[in-house]
Amino acid sequence: MARINLTVDGSQVSDDVEPRMLLVQYLREQLGKTGTVIGCDTSNCGACTVHLDGTSVKSCNVLAVQADGAEVTTIEGLAAEDGTLHPVQEAFRECHGLQCGFCTPGMIMQTVDLLKDNPDPSEEAIRLGLEGNLCRCTGYHNIVRAVQHAAGTTEGASA
Amino acid sequence: MIPAAFEYVAPTSVEEALAALAEHGDDAKIIAGGQSLLPVLRMRLNAPEWVIDLGRIDSLRGVRDGGDHLVIGAMTTHHDVGRDPLVHEHALLISKAITHLADAQVRHRGTFGGALAHADPAGDLGAPALALGSTFVVQGPGGTREIPGADFFVDLFETAISDDEILTEVRVPKHDGWGASYEKFVRIAHQWPIVAVAATVRLEGDTIAEARVGLTNMGSTPLRAHAVEEALAGRPATEDAVAGAAALVADGTNPPSDLNGDADYRRHIATVMTRRAVLAAAGRG
Ligand SMILES: Cc1cc2nc3c(=O)[nH]c(=O)nc-3n(C[C@H](O)[C@H](O)[C@H](O)COP(=O)(O)OP(=O)(O)OC[C@H]3O[C@@H](n4cnc5c(N)ncnc54)[C@H](O)[C@@H]3O)c2cc1C
Ligand code: FES
Ligand code: FES
Repeated sequence: MARINLTVDGSQVSDDVEPRMLLVQYLREQLGKTGTVIGCDTSNCGACTVHLDGTSVKSCNVLAVQADGAEVTTIEGLAAEDGTLHPVQEAFRECHGLQCGFCTPGMIMQTVDLLKDNPDPSEEAIRLGLEGNLCRCTGYHNIVRAVQHAAGTTEGASA
Repeated sequence: MIPAAFEYVAPTSVEEALAALAEHGDDAKIIAGGQSLLPVLRMRLNAPEWVIDLGRIDSLRGVRDGGDHLVIGAMTTHHDVGRDPLVHEHALLISKAITHLADAQVRHRGTFGGALAHADPAGDLGAPALALGSTFVVQGPGGTREIPGADFFVDLFETAISDDEILTEVRVPKHDGWGASYEKFVRIAHQWPIVAVAATVRLEGDTIAEARVGLTNMGSTPLRAHAVEEALAGRPATEDAVAGAAALVADGTNPPSDLNGDADYRRHIATVMTRRAVLAAAGRG
């Protein structure tokens, strides 16, 4: 067992974990943060995307011990304390950027990262920036629109 | 799936990491960004007893100017290498290749050294590193050793790094003012290359003074296309001249056959990608 101390969605946590425990397992099974989901076995789908020290990562492809000392933000930490949705969450709701919703936590976390890096992305930049997030339902058009809506660049959306 | 149980150590210096490697030897595996290793462990294709994490060794991170070359620390992430202004200025080919590598999340974790040490023949960094004439610096119990690019890649997933050594940095000769292009052939978004070609050229007027060409997934290791480089030198940067040189690219290669394409198909694609990459690198794409 290894001792880890980290901040998750603003709270300090400290636990003994097996070194082989994946960050996504730690979040879901130890902390009960099941908002972060597992969509694949190959690190392709991006459903498990969280922010580790401010940048997006696939939490199924990081060990919990590697996050020792770090700050983790999950989909559950995005909304304000009074429940006001984060603008990107609001945009996915507004544009219906989902169908079954399984890919949505990862899509939203990756979009937040993308917009931090490039607040005014072209449609191509959005599609490339979300390359590591797969959606089996929507065909992506409404997802791209949601990102454009969040960025305030809905004009010119081709969806 | 979840990896088999292992013990974990996260040293903060190369010396400590080498000591851990010496102690656990065959039973140990290094983890850098984990973007190739963790999938392997999760599929239980490998089950080391010890995992030695290089992630807390700050000295292995970053890009610096070494005079006539750049020094890229093994633990510098793909994201950081891709954004680095020194890399953009002096080794544009690497910046270009990284824009095609994996996805944003993987680029945030995966490292330059990890990708090269992993030596996947379909990996996107081997061909550009070879084409630019890089030298690989490893550290072991006996000190530091420099491995020339031509000797680094040995076979599928095999390099000249010994079990008791760590890749610490890659030295990339500066190619100031050289144009560059990385042409990656994939059928769907977010795929490993079926074939890719890395090309960088130095123009004098309309003439290709020098060219360097590297190949991804055209054999069990990344390759350098010397015959094409020689055929391009001194030739005009025209479609015809470049196509003539590109026709030589598949000679002597032994590309794999798999569901994405057989060997002959790959030879054909390599010719097309070489023409496109060289023309784009020459600003004629
Ligand atoms: C979804 C997905 C898509 C991807 N797509 C691409 C792609 O399109 N193109 C591409 O090129 N790559 C791709 N990759 C792989 C990616 O580039 C990895 O980052 C890289 O291959 C490994 O780097 P790493 O730092 O994560 O190394 P790790 O996974 O930590 O290690 C890889 C191997 O190298 C060894 N190693 C690592 N560092 C050192 C060192 N300093 N000294 C000695 N040995 C060392 C490890 O022991 C291990 O065997 C993809 C990965 C994923 C998960
Ligand atoms: S669950 Fe992590 S990428 Fe699919
Ligand atoms: S909404 Fe169902 S996977 Fe994207």
